[in-house]
Amino acid sequence: MSRPTNEGSITQYHRTPAGSQPPSLCEPYQATVRRSPTRPLIVLPHTLSEITGPLYGREEIGETDNDLTRQHAGEPLGERIIVTGRVLDDNGRPVPNALLEVWQANATGRYRHKNDQHPAPLDPNFTGAGRTLTDENGSYRFLTIKPGAYPWLNHYNAWRPAHIHFSIFGRAFLTRLVTQMYFPGDPLFAFDPIFKSIPDEKARERLISKFDLETTQPQWALGFRFDIVLRGRDATPFEA
Amino acid sequence: MELIPTPSQTAGPYFHLGMTETRSVKCIAGPQTKGERVWLTCRVLDGEGAPLNDAVIEIWQADADGKYNHPDDMQKKTVDPGWVGFGRMATEEDGSCEFETIRPGRVPGFGSGLQAPHLNVAIFARGLLKQLYTRVYFAGDPANSEDPVIALVPPQRRDTLMAEPDAARPGHWSFDIHLRGEQETVFFDV
Repeated sequence: MSRPTNEGSITQYHRTPAGSQPPSLCEPYQATVRRSPTRPLIVLPHTLSEITGPLYGREEIGETDNDLTRQHAGEPLGERIIVTGRVLDDNGRPVPNALLEVWQANATGRYRHKNDQHPAPLDPNFTGAGRTLTDENGSYRFLTIKPGAYPWLNHYNAWRPAHIHFSIFGRAFLTRLVTQMYFPGDPLFAFDPIFKSIPDEKARERLISKFDLETTQPQWALGFRFDIVLRGRDATPFEA
Repeated sequence: MELIPTPSQTAGPYFHLGMTETRSVKCIAGPQTKGERVWLTCRVLDGEGAPLNDAVIEIWQADADGKYNHPDDMQKKTVDPGWVGFGRMATEEDGSCEFETIRPGRVPGFGSGLQAPHLNVAIFARGLLKQLYTRVYFAGDPANSEDPVIALVPPQRRDTLMAEPDAARPGHWSFDIHLRGEQETVFFDV
């Protein structure tokens, strides 16, 4: 199967550097053993099918969608936090109008989900889901509470470090990213096969938010910065 | 490239909260959409043939004329009014989910040729540290023999990319995704 040489007029997106993404099989994370493909992926030169994707506009977002502390009658329990950052491409250019979806456990480490049977209390004032769009500078901001760590059954005494799930739609179907944001200094990193699945240390550190005193609001909430980098491509004359 | 892209991490088992509860999209094509109606049932199975009840499938496709609703599609065609082309569903207990759509038109390939009608598919699940990409083609479509992406796939594995029509129910198609094992579906590094 020869690789086509004529890739037409499509400006190809950059490929990710070796070791910067997790492998499909990672034995310490048991669920990968039955679910990861064994044959090599077929490398696809980019066509219109890969470089296009769903785009979003302002009308999609509700007033409390980016404030997870105001979605119920009362306030959720827990440490109130601001999570903010920018979505950039790998050239450092902002990605505007990117749709971010987040979901997380409550302060006790329990998800409002039928399959989560961890015996920690649910919080009637916390759903744990939000969404927002980046502005013209690629910036976004959520107000939420810090999620708790929680146990899982992967191995004996397994605990996930506290994290917030992020789903990001950038400009193309190939820039689609689902990831997790962690908190600085978590002692559980060393024991977590999901966090440790990324071979390259510098890439792994991208997943750890930074405490930021400037983002922190006095008498109100701690601030954490989490920048997200999506795949980019060389500039074309058509792009502003 | 100046910055390392953010690594992927698994969507885990609780993605319903953020990725589908308010944003499932079963109906990619409404009643006004032009094109041949397609009811597509996708099923996701693990290496032992067990269904995944905790996967989410996303679909991205062109309209019936082969036009994507996106500014980087610079073909001189007008996109079907109201067309988005995106679908997203979580799988049920039996590993399946259904989409209502249309057979897309042909879009340009690598050079001057056209691709066969296809849907672009991303699969997210617990146990997948990064989403998997595959494509749904339509078995029996005469354009398949000219498709430059199918041509990249070893002949004996091409069947894994074909949705099969249901002889008893016209317009109904099924597509099984085997993550692993003998019938392993072809996945792409995009």
